[in-house]
This record gives sequence, structure tokens and C-alpha cells, in this order.
Amino acid sequence: MDREQALTVVRESLAAAVPGADSSGLASDAVLREELELDSLDFLSFVETLSGRTGVGIDEDDYARLDTLEACAGFLVTRTG
Amino acid sequence: MPSLGADMTEGSLVEWLVRPGDTVVKGQAVAVVDTAKSAIEVECFEDGAIQELLVEPGTTVPVGTVLAVLADGGRTDAPAGATDTGETAETADTEDSAEAGKTVETIKAAEAAKATDSTKATGAADTAKTTERTAARTTPLVRRLAHDRHVDLDSVRGSGKAGRVTRADVEAASRDSGRIRATPYARRTASELGVDLRGIDGTGTDGTIRARDVRAAASGPATPARPASPAPAAAPRPAVSPEPPAPDGHAQARRQAIAHLMSKSKHEIPHYYLSTTIDLAAAVAWMREHNRAVPVAERLVPAALLLKAAAVAARKVPEMNGFWIDGGHVRPAAVHLGVAVSLREGGLVAPALHDADTLSLPALMAGLRDLVRRARTGRLRASETADPTITVTDLGDQGVEAVFGVIYPPQVALVGYGRVLDRPVAVDGLLGVRPCVTATLSADHRAGDGAVGARYLATVDRLLHHPEDL
Repeated sequence: MDREQALTVVRESLAAAVPGADSSGLASDAVLREELELDSLDFLSFVETLSGRTGVGIDEDDYARLDTLEACAGFLVTRTG
Repeated sequence: MPSLGADMTEGSLVEWLVRPGDTVVKGQAVAVVDTAKSAIEVECFEDGAIQELLVEPGTTVPVGTVLAVLADGGRTDAPAGATDTGETAETADTEDSAEAGKTVETIKAAEAAKATDSTKATGAADTAKTTERTAARTTPLVRRLAHDRHVDLDSVRGSGKAGRVTRADVEAASRDSGRIRATPYARRTASELGVDLRGIDGTGTDGTIRARDVRAAASGPATPARPASPAPAAAPRPAVSPEPPAPDGHAQARRQAIAHLMSKSKHEIPHYYLSTTIDLAAAVAWMREHNRAVPVAERLVPAALLLKAAAVAARKVPEMNGFWIDGGHVRPAAVHLGVAVSLREGGLVAPALHDADTLSLPALMAGLRDLVRRARTGRLRASETADPTITVTDLGDQGVEAVFGVIYPPQVALVGYGRVLDRPVAVDGLLGVRPCVTATLSADHRAGDGAVGARYLATVDRLLHHPEDL
């Protein structure tokens, strides 16, 4: 998975997991939880969707690395080789 | 129209989820009602068959108004007690559309006979009920079509024999009135954005308009937004707001409802407040261990443990559970935990997680996710909004350390949780850094004193130190 593909799947997962979350105008380094006002349940749904769509296992210890669009994409690129 | 909260005086019927002839069971959602706070599913309180729907979608009626009549076998609960057996049989005919389709000829024949009968009856009794007149003026299939299209048969001029309403009449009326299929959330969104639902192409089942269609229409220049022309969701509120609703009319109504309830609380309830900081090291470690062993979908969040502890503590310290009504403390046996959920468009609702003290953590977590999702998409059930016995507000995700909340009348206590933060803590004479949360209690001093409140918070603390027992 390249960076563009990763960014796309991150945006799609956000939109699918959190109704009303619009990441289209979001800066790639904006902190997702703050900008999109995600609570812990929203974030769990996002992780669940992202993991399901990419097949990448995401542990709780990885949550801290999923704070921005950029970071999420980087995480996926690393994990998918 | 059930009361869906202490502050509710009227409600607007958004849509029926059943139709005459449908068999319903106790607890089944039968209608969607719009209150000032959100759209809520109303559950049936008895088994039976829907005999008649008395209130049209789009109508605002006071709490206590009869919405529909249930038939229980041969017996009828009709308030006026005046529904002939012919109509009951006829509604039964419409129960299965496939069957209705196959036996069109039979129904037509029966209908022709009935029309003759009812012509006589109408001549004899000028005071015949509206429903009986309607029944006489058309066939079951057309009635069903009218119901599906939300057409009021009494307002349709019949072009058939003896003024009977035909399928073509209903279709024409349906085109004229333009009753629109839209989800409750879509209607609310349209009302808030000042978007006219007419002219929006729905992408849902059967062209039903969904909230995202409304948002798309609101942002696109192609569809003119006409705030001055009331959207269907706003239309039934003339008694409340005589002038056309502002674009944020619904959000304002919700704000007013919260304003009223919170003012009432602070006016009537002598609150006292307690707070304690709880070491969550054991709870967080236990949760992480649990989460490592299960799929993402079954993972827990700290809020689930905090809610469970609050519910179990309410059972152990029943002085904090229940309602202050007529100068006395009513203590229900069950703990229905109200969970304050902030809505994305503003405002909040606090629906109940039923019997939260008895749920396993995975069950509570699943219930919590379901409840929050439905609260935010306008699909709460009436029982959930009406009967929390104690409420929890968790502002941890908003970043604050502590919240001292306002009690929801007529409840007697509200529990607040702040953010789970790493703090320096003295443990066994040594300084350590551990995850901690500040738990607060707002309680009604009429129902109990500070010592009892302290016992409640101490119980929450103890429970969270033994997460494996939660």
C-alpha cells in the first residue's frame, strides 16, 4: 500500500465509522480526535473499520500513533510493507 | 402520546412503523415521535393488532393523546367503542399484501356488497365516525395505498361510483400533497439547515431521503433552500412557533428544553457535591489485558468500566437511585443508568442503559455503543428516554479533569467522570505515576445526606480497584 492509497482508506474509514465526520477539508497533521470531536467510542469504531478494511491488526498500544491523517497513513504503509 | 421525559408536554408524530392490521407485540417500536430533544421510537405496551391509527404523521399532540387503537382478538379497546366487526375483518384482509394481491376479485366482491350496506348505514346515521365513512368510501387496497402515501382519505374527493375513492384519486392526491419519504434524522437535519425536502432526490430505500442527501442539497447551489417555507418536520409546530421556523429551529427547541429542565433542577433541588480521585491502574491494566485477547469490535473503553461501577454502586447504595416525587424518595428495584450523550449538532440526551448493574462488561459495552449510535441518529426508544434512575456524565473525552453536573429531575443523583490522566500517586510509601480519574457526585440533599453520598463514591472507588469483579 502506498501513501495515497493509505490516506484514501483512512478517510473512507473515518467517514464510514463516524457519521457526519468530514475529513475532506482536514489538514493532514490536524489531530483527529480534536478536529472531528471524536469520543472514545467513535475512535474505537474508526480503528475497527480501518483494521477491517486493510487487514492490518491494530493493538491498543498503536492508538497513540493514529492521531492524524498523516500518522494513520504512515502507520498503514509501515505495517503493509 | 407517551411522556418521554419529565419535561415533555407534547410530541409530534413523525411516522408510523406499522399499519392497520399489523400484529404487534409488547415492546415493539410502532411509531417515531419527535420531541424537542430528538426523534424517539415509541414502543407498544401490549400485544395485539393495530386496528386504527388515529394521529396522522406530521401532527403535534399533547402528552396523553390516544395515537392508535389496538384490537385484541374480538375485543376492541376503542375509546368510543364504536367500530363495527366489518371493519375489523377488512383490516385483517390487508394484513398480507401478497394475499391481498391474489384475492383482489374476492375483496372487490365483498367490497361491493359492503358499499351497498354502508350506503344504507350512512343514510341512517349522520353521526357515523370518520373512519367508518372512510371505510365505506374505498377499498382496502386503496386505503393501504393512501396510508403508504400518507394521503388523508377524508380530504380526497372520490371519482368512483357513489363518490368512492379510487386508486387514481389517491395517486393524484399523493402527487399534489407531495408527502415526502424521509428519515427522522433527515427531517431534523432539513429543519435545522432550513432546507426544503421537496426537490431532494432520496438515495435510501424507495427513494427515502437520508440526512446526507439533505446535507448535499444544503451545500449544493442547485436546490434552493427555502427557510421561509416550513419543512415537513417543522410544519406541525404552528402552536409553538407561529412564525416560520428559523434554520436552527430544532436546535433551538432542544436548547429550550434543556434550559427548562436544568432551571427546574436548580430551582427545586438542593444539590450537594462530593468529589474523589480514583486510582485506575488496576482497572486500566485489566482492560488492556482483556482487549488484547478479543477482536477490535469487542474491545472495551474505560467509560464502560466507569459506567458499570456507577451502576453497581447505585444498587449497593440505593439512596442514590431513583426519584424524588411528592416529597418522598421513590426507590425502584432496578438500576437504569442514564448516559449523557452529546449530539454533534449541539445539545445532549441522557437515555437509559437498562439494568446496567446486571450487565456483563462486554454486554454493557455493546449496549453503550448501540445507545450512543442511536441517540445520534435519532432512533432512541421511548422506554430509554423515560426511565433512567440515575445519570452519569463522562466528559473525559472533552479533556476536563472533573465535572460537577446538574441533576436530571426527578432523579436524585448525577455522577460525573473527568478525563483519565496519568498522575503522581503515593503507593505503599513510594511515589508512582498511575492513571487516575476524578469522580464526582451531585446529589439531592432532600433524599439523603453527605455521608451517604460519600459512601456511594467510596463504593465506586472500591469497585474500580477490583475490575475483575465488575
